[in-house]
Amino acid sequence: MTKAVIFDYGVGNLLSLKCALEKAGVNVSIGTSWQDLSEADAMILPGVGSFTPAVKKLECVREVIHAKVAEGVPLLGICLGLQLFFEESAEGSGVGLGFFKGKVIRLQGDLKIPHVGWNTISFANSCELFDGIADSAYVYFVHSFYSVPTDEGVVCTKTTYGTTFASAVADKNVFGLQFHPEKSGDIGLQILRNFAIMVTR
Amino acid sequence: MTLAKRIIPCLDVDHGKVVKGINFLQLKCAGDPVEMAKRYSDEGADELVFLDITASHEKRDITQQYVEGVAKTINIPFTVGGGIRNVADARNVLCSGADKVSVNTAAVERPQVITELSDVFGQQCIVVAIDAKRNLYPSEGKITVQTSEGPVWFEVITYGGRKTTGIDAVAWALQAEKLGAGEFLVTSMDKDGTENGFDVELTRAISEHVPIPVIASGGAGLPQHFVDVFTAGKADAALAASVFHYNKYPLQMVKNYLRKTGVTIRQ
Repeated sequence: MTKAVIFDYGVGNLLSLKCALEKAGVNVSIGTSWQDLSEADAMILPGVGSFTPAVKKLECVREVIHAKVAEGVPLLGICLGLQLFFEESAEGSGVGLGFFKGKVIRLQGDLKIPHVGWNTISFANSCELFDGIADSAYVYFVHSFYSVPTDEGVVCTKTTYGTTFASAVADKNVFGLQFHPEKSGDIGLQILRNFAIMVTR
Repeated sequence: MTLAKRIIPCLDVDHGKVVKGINFLQLKCAGDPVEMAKRYSDEGADELVFLDITASHEKRDITQQYVEGVAKTINIPFTVGGGIRNVADARNVLCSGADKVSVNTAAVERPQVITELSDVFGQQCIVVAIDAKRNLYPSEGKITVQTSEGPVWFEVITYGGRKTTGIDAVAWALQAEKLGAGEFLVTSMDKDGTENGFDVELTRAISEHVPIPVIASGGAGLPQHFVDVFTAGKADAALAASVFHYNKYPLQMVKNYLRKTGVTIRQ
C-alpha cells in the first residue's frame, strides 16, 4: 500500500490535514525524520509555523526530499510549505528548498493582513491537481506572505487580494498551494483527491 | 473577485454538549457538537466558533474529545474559546484540531498572554474576543464616536458581561493588535440577545482602527442585519447563534440575500 508522509516541523496542529487527506483516500502518517521520508510514496509539507524555524527543521531532511523528488515522488506544499519551495523569504532568514526560482514577499497595501478567509482561484496554466474544479472556486486562505515565481509557466492559479498573486504553483511532481485545501470544504477535498490519484499511480 | 465576507455560526458548549438551539435540528443525538458542526458545514457555514462554558476540573479532557471529533469530521476552519487563560489551555484545543483559539477576560487582565500565544502558535491562530458596551457618559481620553444616540465611547466588559472595566474598547483593540492578535471577535453587550441588529457603529469603530479582520457579533435577527454590518459596519465576518439555531433564517437564505444585495459571499 502506498504511503504519504506529512513532515512535522514541530509546531501546531496537523490533525485536520491528516484527516482531510485520509478522507481523500490517502494513506498518510506524520513523520519527523530522514527515515520517515525515505520510505514515503508522497511527501507533504504542511502550512503551520514560520519560515526560519521550519527551514531549520528541514535541514536534516533536505537531501532526502530532493532525492525523492528527483525519483518522481509527488511533493505537496501547503501555505508555508509552498513558500519553503522557494530559495528565500521576506519572513525570515534561512535557505528554502529552491524548487522554484523567485521570491516570497509580504502582502502590502491598505488591506487587512493576514489575508484570512475564502477567496477565489482563477486558472492560469493547467494542472491535474485542479481536475474537476470550476474556475473561480472558493478556497480558504490564512497568510501574510506570498510567492512571486520568476517563471510564470509554473503558476496554476491566481488570486487577488489587493495584488494578484500565485495561489498555486506546480512543476512536474512538485505542487504548492498558498491556500489550505484541508480547510476548503468540498473543493479542498477534490484537490486532495486529485493528489491521492497521483500518489497511487 | 475578492475576499468573501464570512458567516460564522456560534455554538455554546457545556460539558461536551451544545446547550442552545438544539430544538429544531432533527439529529440522532441532539446537542452533539460534532453533528451540529457537520450540519452547519454542509449548509455552507464559512467557519464555526465554539464557546466552551464548561466549568469543571475535567474540562480539558471533555473539550479535547469533542474538538477532536469536530476536526475529524468537518473541513472548514473553527475556533474554540471560553476560559482560555494561557499557552497550556490553548495548546489543548489547538493540538486537538482547532484552527484558532479565542481569548477574552484573560487577555484584558493580562495582555501579555496575547504575545505568549502568538509567539508559540502564530498570530493567525489568536482571536481576541472583545465584549463591549456603549457608555453614554463622556470620559477624558476615551475614543468618542458619534452615534444615533449622541456621542458614546465603547467600554470593555469582562466575565461574560458581568464586570465593567473602564477600558476603551477601541484603544484595547489597538493595543491587542500590537501584542499579536490575529483577528477580533467583537460582541456588543447592548445588542447581544436582542435580535434587532448588530452594533454597526461599534463594529465600524474597531474595524476602521485596526489592520486585522473583525468578526461582528451580537444582535443578528434578520438577513438585512448582516448586510448592514458588512457594509456600514465594515465587518470582515459576522457571527450569529439563535438566528441559525432556531432556523428562523437558514444559513443559505442569509447567504442568498447577501449575494443579491451585492455582498461578496462564498457559494
